[in-house]
Amino acid sequence: MIEFIPPAFIFIAGALLVPLLRGRVKSAYMLILPAISFFFLINAQVGTAWEINFLGFDLVPFKVDRLSLIFGYIFHLISLIGIIYTLNIKSDLEYMAGLVYAGSALGVVFAGDLFTFFVFWEMLTVSALWLIWARRTKASQAAGFRYLMVHVFGGLVLLAGIIMYISEQKSISLGFIGLHSPATYFIFIGMGINAAWPLLHTWLPDAYPESTVGGAVFLSAFTTKTAVYALARTFPGTEELIWIGAVMTAFPIFFAVIENDMRRVLSYSLINQVGFMMVGIGIGTQLSINGTAAHAFAHILYKSLLFMSMGAVMFRTGKINATDLGGLYKSMPWTALFCTIGAASISAFPLTSGFVSKSMVIDAAAHGHMSIIWLALVFASAGVFHHSGIKIPFFAFFSHDAGHRVKEAPPSMLIAMGIAAFFCIFLGVYPKFLYSILPYPVDFVPYTASHVLFQLQLLMFSALAFTLLLLSGIYPAEIRAINLDSDWLYRKGGRLFYRAMDKSLNAINKAVEQVFVGQFLVELTNHVKRLPPTVLAKICWPFWKTAYEAPDKKTIHENLLKRARSGFYPISIIGLFAAIYFALLFLL
Amino acid sequence: MSTEDTEKKHIFDSPKNVQKVLYGLFGCLVLLLALEPFVHKHSYFPWEESFGFYAIYGFVACVLLVLAAKYILRPLVKREEDYYD
Repeated sequence: MIEFIPPAFIFIAGALLVPLLRGRVKSAYMLILPAISFFFLINAQVGTAWEINFLGFDLVPFKVDRLSLIFGYIFHLISLIGIIYTLNIKSDLEYMAGLVYAGSALGVVFAGDLFTFFVFWEMLTVSALWLIWARRTKASQAAGFRYLMVHVFGGLVLLAGIIMYISEQKSISLGFIGLHSPATYFIFIGMGINAAWPLLHTWLPDAYPESTVGGAVFLSAFTTKTAVYALARTFPGTEELIWIGAVMTAFPIFFAVIENDMRRVLSYSLINQVGFMMVGIGIGTQLSINGTAAHAFAHILYKSLLFMSMGAVMFRTGKINATDLGGLYKSMPWTALFCTIGAASISAFPLTSGFVSKSMVIDAAAHGHMSIIWLALVFASAGVFHHSGIKIPFFAFFSHDAGHRVKEAPPSMLIAMGIAAFFCIFLGVYPKFLYSILPYPVDFVPYTASHVLFQLQLLMFSALAFTLLLLSGIYPAEIRAINLDSDWLYRKGGRLFYRAMDKSLNAINKAVEQVFVGQFLVELTNHVKRLPPTVLAKICWPFWKTAYEAPDKKTIHENLLKRARSGFYPISIIGLFAAIYFALLFLL
Repeated sequence: MSTEDTEKKHIFDSPKNVQKVLYGLFGCLVLLLALEPFVHKHSYFPWEESFGFYAIYGFVACVLLVLAAKYILRPLVKREEDYYD
């Protein structure tokens, strides 16, 4: 019998069958795929590695260790939740793209060599693109193209790095790399683009809010977390990541506060959460790497839960801007409840998953006595509660009643949200489950009296700040507007570049045409036409002058010019050329 | 269902209930501060020792966050919705 099939294969090959099936069979089939794959995975031993020799390189298309396993588990769980969520959105394109996308992420996570890693990494981009384009709006098309451009660029940077690295190391095995040579910097930045580092992040809040209702759920789970896995595998303990991560946790919350599109608010808070994981990788201790893995696990669940709840709101009302929403708890109470659970988890309330995972990273920073980083992380924790924890549920489900009287989300969506909400609380109440699958042994106790109290103080006083600011009218009103981000550089800058190139290069082109074609070539042809007779006249004049009935110089010149135009010269002249030619042959 | 929905009074339609939530919040805040002396702290940083550090930090951080976002960031980055079109 078949002993083992890699998850990536099951997902990607499985996706191909989706369009052939119909109705309930299709639904059942899609639900079974992650289940089968998960069954194989839990039977895989840590340390399993398949090696294939290919053109002198050792390909390792499948390799299991504890770091890849935890990412493998959560990717399976979220695929299942995502599939349940999209069951009533009858779109084969989304199903196939979603499965291939999840399969590619699993391919990256279990890749044991750089070649396999890179192939799946690129498939991730290509399949994600269809989840954006499947929305079939002009905005999603444009955002998809920008997404593609950024990730193709990132992929090329990564590829350049990988090629240089392989030629340095003479091996393609994937393991710790660390920053030490130009090749490694290329790899580092290539991965950083997928991890949405500051200034390289704009593809995320640009594209995710333009994707489909179900697409955003998949998107929020895989691309950035695959990059988190990749960095945790290749660059643990790289100090730069601590600072990159700290900036990532802090700056998006400012944007999130003034953003109107709810899914864009979630996109900014996604960057903020990935920032915590970057800090964890950068610190590089066992506690911090555990914290990163645990936080990725918890984050995928509550972030997708928040995206699912906002997707359900969009599915029912057709609106997603805070200015168009409010009071939805009346018609969508379950969605409101699940959203609130997700919001509590992302804010790291005690008894939710965020509390037991985020505190590992913050404690790791404290253990390392990184005071500025620690202050930034605590600031970001308060801030994330402010914009994701309160703003999202408050403006969508409470606040002023926007008058939407819609049906509750469809059952499949509610079930998917229910499962995610269950895990958010389960992991918070019973963290041992999460801790038991972390890469390193855990001796971390999240529930100490002081820790719980201080976290509650931090959060509740943030809530007080929100309440007072809202009641006093200082809280920024939601405005129908967009906010610029560093993608301005390539969105407006791209156009500016085009215009500048258009103006300058086309002007040069025009000038050159005028000078070269209009004047120079005309002059040249005239000159070429006149040159032979002029030269001839010069050469022959001394001889003709001595002839007895020589006409004057001007007449001879004109005669020669006429002959030159018709290509007809007196024999004597041809003879002269022939003589010169033979003389040259003889001399040389 | 929709007609029923519009007629039905929902929990936060009455200002009294909203007020209850607010009082609940204020009560929690007082309780959280009151509990602090009874908790054994194991701090990593000196500032964690001072009373109500997390409460003050959370409050100040959020106020500064909102003020900075509203008065500094928004005027810089806000554009019409069709800015890029």
